[in-house]
Amino acid sequence: MDHSLNCEDTETRRLLGFSVPSWLSRLFLWLLPLSFLAIFFFLPLSKILALTFNLKALTIENLRITYDALRFTFYQAILSTLLTLLLGLPSAYLFARFDFRGKSMLRALTAVPFMLPTVVVAASFNSLLGQRGLLSTFLHLSPFQFIGTFTAILLAHIFYNTTIIIRIVGNALSSLDPKLEQTARSLGADSFHVWWNVILPILRPSIFAASLLVFLFDFTSFGVILLLGGSQFFTLEVEIYLRVLKLPDYSLAALLSVTQLVCTILVSALYTQVVTRTSTQTAPRSETSNLRKPKTLRERIFVASFIFILSSFFLLPLASLPVHSLFRLEADRGQRGEVQYGFTTDYYTELFINRRGSVFYVPPIKAILNSLMYASATVLISLLLGFPAAFALAKPTRLEKVLDPLIMLPLGSSAVMLGLGLIISYGRWLTLPLLVPFAHTLVALPFVVRTLQSAIASIPQRLRQAASSLGASPLEVWKNIDFPILRRATLAAATFAFTVSLGEFGATLLIARPEYPTIPVAIERFLSQPGGLNYGQAMAMAAILMLLTTASILLIEKFRLPNAGEF
Amino acid sequence: MKRLFLLAILLLAACSPKTPPTASAEPQTITVMTHDSFAVSEDLVRSFEETNNAKIVFLPGGDAGAVLNKAVLTKDAPLADVLFGVDNTFLSRALEAEIFASYASPELNNIPDPFQLDPSNYALPVDYGDVCINYDKAFFAEAGLSVPQSLEDLTRAEYANLLVVENPATSSTGLAFLMATIAHFGDDYLDYWRALKANGVVVVDGWETAYYTSFSGSSGRGSQPMVVSYGTSPAAEVIFAETPLDTSPTASILGPGTCFRQIEFVGILKKTQNRALAEKFVDFMLSKQFQEDMPMQMFVYPVNSNAALPAEFVKYAQTSDQPATLAPDVIAAKRDRWIQEWTDVVMK
Repeated sequence: MDHSLNCEDTETRRLLGFSVPSWLSRLFLWLLPLSFLAIFFFLPLSKILALTFNLKALTIENLRITYDALRFTFYQAILSTLLTLLLGLPSAYLFARFDFRGKSMLRALTAVPFMLPTVVVAASFNSLLGQRGLLSTFLHLSPFQFIGTFTAILLAHIFYNTTIIIRIVGNALSSLDPKLEQTARSLGADSFHVWWNVILPILRPSIFAASLLVFLFDFTSFGVILLLGGSQFFTLEVEIYLRVLKLPDYSLAALLSVTQLVCTILVSALYTQVVTRTSTQTAPRSETSNLRKPKTLRERIFVASFIFILSSFFLLPLASLPVHSLFRLEADRGQRGEVQYGFTTDYYTELFINRRGSVFYVPPIKAILNSLMYASATVLISLLLGFPAAFALAKPTRLEKVLDPLIMLPLGSSAVMLGLGLIISYGRWLTLPLLVPFAHTLVALPFVVRTLQSAIASIPQRLRQAASSLGASPLEVWKNIDFPILRRATLAAATFAFTVSLGEFGATLLIARPEYPTIPVAIERFLSQPGGLNYGQAMAMAAILMLLTTASILLIEKFRLPNAGEF
Repeated sequence: MKRLFLLAILLLAACSPKTPPTASAEPQTITVMTHDSFAVSEDLVRSFEETNNAKIVFLPGGDAGAVLNKAVLTKDAPLADVLFGVDNTFLSRALEAEIFASYASPELNNIPDPFQLDPSNYALPVDYGDVCINYDKAFFAEAGLSVPQSLEDLTRAEYANLLVVENPATSSTGLAFLMATIAHFGDDYLDYWRALKANGVVVVDGWETAYYTSFSGSSGRGSQPMVVSYGTSPAAEVIFAETPLDTSPTASILGPGTCFRQIEFVGILKKTQNRALAEKFVDFMLSKQFQEDMPMQMFVYPVNSNAALPAEFVKYAQTSDQPATLAPDVIAAKRDRWIQEWTDVVMK
């Protein structure tokens, strides 16, 4: 803990102009994040790979399996990322530039899928599009066989990851000085040229950063591929899962993991090369100074159509959860012809009853508190580790060029293999509930670092120098220049860490202690047994999870008050 | 953080029962690794804890296959003292890996021989159940279709596109159904699957998706009126109905050889430091009390002949008179090959 204070001190001093040997401050900055990665990532992963990797696994047959999986993994990941950008970029623009009714709500909703269990997403899409889903029941649209299609995989990836683009690119877009755009226009540039020559180059680092995160998520996608793809599509991660848990062939699993790791490193290194480290420094803007109501007809059409697209894409499937948790459709399943509707709060009241006296019964309040506690701890830990790393990466030396891809590795490596590695490295210690937020941090850290890093890099040094030479105290400089930019980024980073933890990514890595069940654990328990009441309770829990996330995100955004120190 | 971690390790080391227990000692902790479907009444757990001055920690670690894998990998430094959830499709693998210590529980006297698949008592039977095809009664009544009675029936044209199964490569339920077809058709089972595929069988990754997303008889209101599930699922539909029901909306197909019998086992992990308490826990799991609690908790049947079945089970749950079975050593020798062949035929 005290290390972090040192780092921040050193960093502040460095920023304030005191001279501290640069290698020393770098060392301080990296100490905490790197020891974390060493303990929770590199050591367990190398241990399991050393145990399982075997050159004998390099047979023609195995190489063919690896090649096929690799090809499909890249294909679906690239396609998913491009499609996510297609929806995400205009949405980011919509949220960053326009003011409209229900905006915070809509933006919060786009983040909800990020933490929903795959099985719940499948159920919600199916209850919308399936044969007896809402669309075919009410609108008499032809049913759509959702599960088992490539379309389902792509749709789910877009559904899950659009929020990444909205948050990271939207954040950069909000900080953009609108004067740049106005100046370009007054010099005669049309919209296309303003975008192509002015805005996109400035946004480039954030677009690349967001795309990389989305890509890695899709690249190691597992639940979505297996569940929504109807288990007929094979990515590297799916193959690893099969070879570790189902058709045991550990050396093939190791070969696949190494392939996956090498790809992640190459892609991340490519990113580091492509993104110019000297990101454009812009004056801090309050978010509101960029916001306006749509004025021209074109803007109105754009805003209206994107509100429509986003609401139908996110709201409709998500709404099916609370609908299912409150309405009994076809109350009597014996009478199939007549569709009956019955409003009921049974599922919610039933949540509070331990009907079977089971030792694994999860009281909803307890699950909510546990989820919130883990999520808060994850936010704290990942910010604590993320800030120093982001400070170092924002002003990269040769060391950072090497370390930069390392931060991304946990996102692009096999969760199944890492889980085994943790088990053989730490055994019984893994059952400590304390370790759960650390596991979540492993996934949250890349998001936190990327979000903070681009914000720190955009702090205008000239402005800081000008302010100090005009007599502003270091505190005033911090308050008026650094803080407004960092606050926005910190909130965005915190939101990511929070949702990653609520969604229990990486929970499979560890053995969850049943004494501390979380909401996703409770949902899974309900869905593991037949019966309408179980299904209804799972939907009720999912609705609670949704509500909790939306409320938390809205609350976090409340902190985005208009800036006091505006230039 | 490193220090925090070290502290945690030290704390844990301090807690672990390396020091000899003193007379009025702290409760001894016993760790039981299970699959995710394990459940038990809180009262029973507390009474065991009180009687034995113990604290039970349950560690759900994924499905049966995942739990066994973890146990094999950590054989020398086990995560738990007792492992529950290895079934007859994984039994031989567990025995070959030599993770268990043999224990002839006195309770075995109350368990019929056919359940005791491991004569050396490394793995002791706890419960059994049948993996059967469930059907949506309303669909068949409305469509005026008769319910299929055999595996062969499922390939007939009138049942085209009506069945959803789980992928045996990813689901233990799916694997059990594959084994039912192998027990019935022998070496020709792949021809049967080719016919099923031609008749539009839907394959999904696991039971949850099959039952709640694809099956029309569940609350998920999917498209297929037949699903590979359990003989007890219709009873669960009554017990967990939204509104009280007299009859189940679903039923099982119980024709000869259509269901596969699963038996689940418990074993004491060889390197346990808690042997005496672990033995007591195994006795507890096989006792009449626990065995009578099990059906309503996990929807499985007790193996102990003295255990009475709950009324709901007698009324709504069904078992097959002639379930399919395969010898554990045959399964062990061929399981991976079957799955691979099945994948090549059905998924490619």
